[in-house]
Amino acid sequence: MSRVFPAPLLSLALFVLWLLLNLSVSAGNILLAAILAIFAPLLMAPLRPQHAHVRRPWVVIKLVCRVGLDVLRSNLQVAIGVLRCGIRPPHSAFVHIPLDLRDAHGLAALSMITTVVPGTVWSELALDRSTLLLHVFDLDDQDAFIEHFKRVYERPLMEIFE
Amino acid sequence: MTGLLANAVLASLFILIIAMALALVRLFRGPSAQDRVLALDYLYILGMLMMLVLGIRYASDTYFEGALLIALFGFVGSFALAKFLLRGEVIE
Amino acid sequence: MTQTLPFWLELTTAGLLLAGSLFAMLGALGLVRLKDYFQRMHPPALASTLGAWCVALASILYFSGLKQSPVLHAWLIPILLSITVPVTTLLLARAALFRKRAAGEDVPEEVSGRDGGN
Repeated sequence: MSRVFPAPLLSLALFVLWLLLNLSVSAGNILLAAILAIFAPLLMAPLRPQHAHVRRPWVVIKLVCRVGLDVLRSNLQVAIGVLRCGIRPPHSAFVHIPLDLRDAHGLAALSMITTVVPGTVWSELALDRSTLLLHVFDLDDQDAFIEHFKRVYERPLMEIFE
Repeated sequence: MTGLLANAVLASLFILIIAMALALVRLFRGPSAQDRVLALDYLYILGMLMMLVLGIRYASDTYFEGALLIALFGFVGSFALAKFLLRGEVIE
Repeated sequence: MTQTLPFWLELTTAGLLLAGSLFAMLGALGLVRLKDYFQRMHPPALASTLGAWCVALASILYFSGLKQSPVLHAWLIPILLSITVPVTTLLLARAALFRKRAAGEDVPEEVSGRDGGN
């Protein structure tokens, strides 16, 4: 099983992608999608030395919903901050965050989350993966922000990937 | 398509054009090179949104593929420019 | 294609289109108005997240109503953006830090002793 499908999630994603791009579920398209889903991950397998082990799908779903809501809220905050920047310039600051997460895939997911949320930009990661430099658009309380960040994003990612 | 949706499509195209003009201001004024790259990346995203809106205006699927291509080429272009800045051969 | 849409669908599509393009314009406004480069890195995310979500959702609603069956392919655009935009943003942030350090401006020191990072 694992030799035919080295990355089952990737295969599934490619299958759905092909059908969506062609906007049809005819037999020919399903056959082409299946060929793509089986052979593309096999060809790509040597390029991915480490395999991601995704556990606890329920935590994944909760995290995705949480990030979606945070994106909405952060969008509104940044939009209001832009409109009011003539009256009250936003308190932007760099924050050093000590990390406990070490898994490469988890860190990749964390960098995606921080960059997709408009209020934060991932700036730099220490070579030993112990510290993260993050730029925050509007920062009130640094310690509270670090605690919130670790609780909301880092903890679930550690549960998923480690 | 009735008047309501047609007018909304026209209005949102107009708003996107204003946004493009603002991004162009940053592109020409931007004091540093990274400002210009950021503005160019933003122009790509705005162009892609515009293609999606045009797809609704003309009720055509073809615009979606154009939008997908703009998104991909914009990514490759901005990636190359940012990588060039990062190599540090052009320091002001 | 002379299918007419129900009114509520047209209203939702129109609202989503206007909301999406307004957010994209606010992002551009922020790009022009904000003073510091790292502050200016934040507003472009407005267009690539909520702006793109709204416009893609409007496109899905419109084409699904037009063809009387779910047409979901526009949702690929937000997914593609959420994968590609972090890569460019991250590289641009690192390039800006590198160049500002080289120019001796007021930015934080490297978090690991020597040059490198991710």
